[in-house]
Amino acid sequence: MAASKQKKSGFQNPVIRWIDDRLPIFTMMDKEYGAYPTPKNFNYFWNFGAIAMVMLVLMIVTGVFLAMSYTPHTSMAFDSVERIMRDVNYGWMLRYLHMNGAHFFFIAVYIHIFRGLYYGSYKRPRELLWILGVLIFLLMMATAFMGYSLPWSQMSGWGVTVITNLFSAIPFFGDAIVTWLWGGPSVGNPTLNRFFALHYLLPFVIVGVVFLHVWALHVSGSGNPSGVEPKTKKDTVPFHPYYTIKDTFGLTVFMFVYMAVVFFAPLALSHADHFQPFDPLVTPEQIVPEWYFLPFYAILRAFTMDIVFPFTGWITDGGIVFTAKLQGVIAMFGAIIVLFFLPWLDKSPVRSARYRPAYRWCNYLLVVAMVLLGYAGAQPAEGTMLWIARGATAYYFAHFLVLIPLLSRYEKTLPLPKSINEAVLKDKEEAQ
Amino acid sequence: MIKKILRKSSLPALAFVLCMTVFASAAYAAGAKVPPPQQHWPHKGVMGTYDLAALQRGYQVYREACASCHSIRLLSYRNLQDIGFTEDEVRAIASDYFVMDGPNDEGDMFERVAVPSDRFVSPFENDAQARYANNGALPLDLSLIVKARYGGEDYIYALLTGYAEPPEDVEIPDGMYWNRYYSGHQIAMAPPLMDGQIAYSSGRSASVEEAARDVTQFLAWASEPHLQQRKQIGVKVLFFLLVFAVLAYAAKRRIWADVH
Ligand code: HEC
Ligand code: HEM
Repeated sequence: MAASKQKKSGFQNPVIRWIDDRLPIFTMMDKEYGAYPTPKNFNYFWNFGAIAMVMLVLMIVTGVFLAMSYTPHTSMAFDSVERIMRDVNYGWMLRYLHMNGAHFFFIAVYIHIFRGLYYGSYKRPRELLWILGVLIFLLMMATAFMGYSLPWSQMSGWGVTVITNLFSAIPFFGDAIVTWLWGGPSVGNPTLNRFFALHYLLPFVIVGVVFLHVWALHVSGSGNPSGVEPKTKKDTVPFHPYYTIKDTFGLTVFMFVYMAVVFFAPLALSHADHFQPFDPLVTPEQIVPEWYFLPFYAILRAFTMDIVFPFTGWITDGGIVFTAKLQGVIAMFGAIIVLFFLPWLDKSPVRSARYRPAYRWCNYLLVVAMVLLGYAGAQPAEGTMLWIARGATAYYFAHFLVLIPLLSRYEKTLPLPKSINEAVLKDKEEAQ
Repeated sequence: MIKKILRKSSLPALAFVLCMTVFASAAYAAGAKVPPPQQHWPHKGVMGTYDLAALQRGYQVYREACASCHSIRLLSYRNLQDIGFTEDEVRAIASDYFVMDGPNDEGDMFERVAVPSDRFVSPFENDAQARYANNGALPLDLSLIVKARYGGEDYIYALLTGYAEPPEDVEIPDGMYWNRYYSGHQIAMAPPLMDGQIAYSSGRSASVEEAARDVTQFLAWASEPHLQQRKQIGVKVLFFLLVFAVLAYAAKRRIWADVH
């Protein structure tokens, strides 16, 4: 028999051994989460991958229980969510966990992405790992957008209206695409129904992509703050117990902040208009997306001038117009698409911003630009705010498309440590 | 060690904290008008709880001064037991209202006296009827009003006490009233409260401010009936996480001792 020829696993427990000989799932777990050699110099930025994974599971568990009491119909959705809040046992807790869970999931993932940018985690051999990560980010945004529509509040309905209308900017087919997305002549019951179906589906797609993401990680091995790959055994520690305990501690601190918000300020990050039923006849004073979309929303609205191509008047009346809306839509999606190409835009052989002084400052500027964009995204797009948004948008694209390629050629990098072990010893010396 | 942490991660970490605060405050600034003055509410704060006596008085104010125009369709009469009314009192309150029920065995709809499990009976059949009775303005449902307005309790209180003569240069059309805190200052709701209009069971009659305070607290409870349970569980959860974090940190130091 094939099984008897293979090397028997070393597990003591006969049940585990019986299973493992037939399906080596315990061997795999031991290899990937027990022995997995991990650089010993992680800082706390390396907690956020594990934290994001826990948040994903938490969102799915709370979501499935919410779905048991939720009704995806335009005339009942709002009330069914309120029934969850009032009459379902601990329903308020489920909803506040899910609602704020989305916020904290995004907080974790934004920090995780920043970590990747700062320490050059997207570079060879981790390009595909990075691309899968950006894909997860996109899927998360789609999931959160559709989830936010489910309570069918003023902000839900108008958010859906504004965002789906963006597709009308697509030349020729725009209006047809929008009607197709809505499933009818306006935002209505078919829209809510499909959004619920997709909101239920996409998190499981995310689980699939996360699996590939982690698989790719375990092929190339983890990066680390020094950006130097492990060379000897001195550079690494086994994942368990070293990083299981460190992740446990980091996760607990994160959970403390998350739970403090859930139980003591559950509405701190939400909008008043999210607590009124959707009325297609009454536009809210301002339609503001959730904070995690604001930077991209600001990029969208930074474009306000139609461009008319000269000498095209003979084709259509008024000439062919590159509308401001289409420019904004392209820029908004472009802002995420550009991340896919980052591994090839940055050719610098040095990974970590620690040894790239100029790149480090560009990174801080990128954070400043994102904060400014986020602030501008919540304000009416006019006056100084509009100019701030335009400036920050310009920086965002210049950062990826101009500065990074230039820096990777001309930047004077600092000398790299010979090994992770050496980097750690040097840090220790300096700290004393 | 502190130095090390600071050097390694403080700038980006600070940037993120900044990010979050800016976004949150930006979102709030977006909805602001004349900011309502901040009041002290007993149910606010980490350990604040509802003042049940105030909620009961607030229910009386709602019933006598607001219920002729505004519904609270998400509350049931039985919910009033949560703010200290007895079962019999609740049954008596419900029995003042009639609801449509049916069809009965003969297929007819019939009217019956409301019972505690019924939802609060709305003053109007539908929005159109409500508008018709209010010069075209809609007296909206108050079930979630405290959550559905920026400023929450402070805004509702300010609105109810914010009526005044319009400034010299402002023309107010017929059927509209000037209110300092309403967006645009012109509201179609007549001042709903008057000094001495409501006689509390203590025998005292309420001033506008007292009645406004009480009804605002009642509406806050209607918006968030599980606030107390939420905070009680929250304290336990945070206490557990705190202890667990300390233990996890101690374990982490132990395990890493041979590496550092
Ligand atoms: C005579 C009918 C009537 C009574 C009684 C009444 N209201 Fe109103 N209320 C209205 C109308 C009509 C509006 C809509 C105003 C508008 O759209 O300009 C309104 C609006 C409101 C609003 C919304 C303001 C906003 O920000 O949009 C609140 C809050 C409110 N009422 C609270 C109360 C409270 C509390 C009471 C009892 C103390 C009360 N009302 C009594 C008719 C009434
Ligand atoms: C990637 C993971 C997920 C994210 C980011 C996410 C995000 C969201 C958001 C932002 C809301 C709106 C919350 C509110 O304003 O009340 C929401 C609502 C909802 N979600 Fe999710 N969700 C996720 C996973 C799931 C899953 C797996 C399910 C079901 C199996 C689910 C079911 C629901 C339901 C029923 C609602 C409506 C109830 C409510 O509004 O609280 N979610 N989701």
